[in-house]
Amino acid sequence: MSTTVSQLAHYNAKVARSRATSEPAWVRWSLIIIALLFLSLFLFIPLAAVFTEALRKGFETYIAALVEPDALSAIKLTLIAAAISLPLNLVFGVAAAWAIAKFEFKGKSILITLIDLPFAVSPVIAGLIYVLIFGLQGWFGEWLIDHDLKVIFAIPGIVLATIFVTFPFIARELIPLMQAQGKEEEEAGLVLGASGWQILWHITLPNIKWGLLYGVILTNARAMGEFGAVSVVSGHIRGMTNTMPLHVEILYNEYNYAAAFAVASLLAFLALVTLALKSYIEWQSAHSVIAAKPVDE
Amino acid sequence: MAKHKQKNVLPGFNLSLGYTLLYLSLIVLIPLSAAFFKTTELTFAEFWHTVTTPRVVASYKLTFGASLFAAIINAIFGLLTAWVLTRYTFPGKKLVDALVDLPFALPTAVAGIALTAVYATNGWLGSILEPHGIKVAFTPLGVVVALTFIGLPFVVRTVQPVLEDLEAETEEAAASLGANRWQTFRRVILPALWPALLTGFALAFARAVGEYGSVIFIAGNMPMVSEITPLIIITKLEQYDYTGATAVAVVMLVISFLLLFAINGLQWWSSRRNSASR
Repeated sequence: MSTTVSQLAHYNAKVARSRATSEPAWVRWSLIIIALLFLSLFLFIPLAAVFTEALRKGFETYIAALVEPDALSAIKLTLIAAAISLPLNLVFGVAAAWAIAKFEFKGKSILITLIDLPFAVSPVIAGLIYVLIFGLQGWFGEWLIDHDLKVIFAIPGIVLATIFVTFPFIARELIPLMQAQGKEEEEAGLVLGASGWQILWHITLPNIKWGLLYGVILTNARAMGEFGAVSVVSGHIRGMTNTMPLHVEILYNEYNYAAAFAVASLLAFLALVTLALKSYIEWQSAHSVIAAKPVDE
Repeated sequence: MAKHKQKNVLPGFNLSLGYTLLYLSLIVLIPLSAAFFKTTELTFAEFWHTVTTPRVVASYKLTFGASLFAAIINAIFGLLTAWVLTRYTFPGKKLVDALVDLPFALPTAVAGIALTAVYATNGWLGSILEPHGIKVAFTPLGVVVALTFIGLPFVVRTVQPVLEDLEAETEEAAASLGANRWQTFRRVILPALWPALLTGFALAFARAVGEYGSVIFIAGNMPMVSEITPLIIITKLEQYDYTGATAVAVVMLVISFLLLFAINGLQWWSSRRNSASR
């Protein structure tokens, strides 16, 4: 019902627009061409360049660059860093959104701003602060050496830096979503005798699943692609502390362009998959919003 | 309002807020405070000297100048792109719309080497520009190109929803009062878009200021000419000059925090403007 109404409204708007409030065809098409030209210069051509450069020396060199041991260990480390940081930020995102969206308390807007902080900090500085804490001269430097532990120039540092740069993504997706949904459904669950965890599991999580998935996808893309922060804490030890983006940099600086672009093309492919999933989720959640609307009103 | 004053019956407030504050402190607040503590090892004179040496000042000029330039390019063409994507139809529009977010998803290092390959003098676009005396890669112009790429989605994605929600009636009213299309755009549409446009501009600028990965490949990184401030921090770190690196980092942090507050203010203004117009 609601879709036909909105279609009708859309149709009416279209008819109205076609008279006094639209531009002549030549203006329309020039604007479209300028926009596409701009996007081509900055987006489409560079994207195409990644794949052409990767395959320039043939398919066999391409595959060889990907199955070489250093590349494989870089892929493995990237997957490890994402696999650790993702669940941690997921739990944080749900907890933060639950506290902020379902309760009123003082300092809430300050808390929201603080959650945003990592977006405002340069990735290089994100790496630097962990060096100041866990590095040789850092707060815990001596203690770590005494206990034979390594954070900086090792995997824990890479994971920490990754967590920092992806920190706000899931919370930022969930807070407005859960605020908009209100808390009536959860309260109904409570009245019917559900425990807190049952409410979370059976009511809240199903309601926020698309927003959650959206946040997870953005977090994952950033976690696998982070360069600046990870570069500061990694130490660039080949086969040990190199993630995929760092491996791309090393190959590139060694003038091994074909291999650098081969590994880069994997990351670019990941980015395209991310965008496809993102569009799918937007489409899905738009549909579930339309379906849910009569209930709200 | 009365609803909020009622006692909240939902469980988990202490647990969720406690965990949020703990995790926030451990991952973000305490590590960030380390940067400020580290600079207390310096006297103010030493700090000031470190952050105002000519090489560092040149890097501020490049970082903020190029970021501003890139954000302006993005404001103009981002508005145009948002307009085209909401108002017009053309083949492949959905694909184009989805690809606008590419800079969010593409790792910065990949963007950096791709842009360098395209804009180097032997690249697809660089070889076209070079005969005209325009060199992009390994010059400050290259920095602008990389920062434009990085900030591209912000303006499009902040302006697009406002443009979609704009009611046709206001434009019809303007037209019936005798305004031509350009007048309607300047006097009716643009004022409504202004807060969103400014927010997108500020977001693109803030993102560009801290950017590292995509820039270092295309910039050439020549001291005094094409060296950005984040690279200065890295260089100082590699020389084990931790206090020097931190001093420059603190300057950037303070500027980033100011930008964050400005952006929050802008978003608040823009959401108020939108809800007031309803």
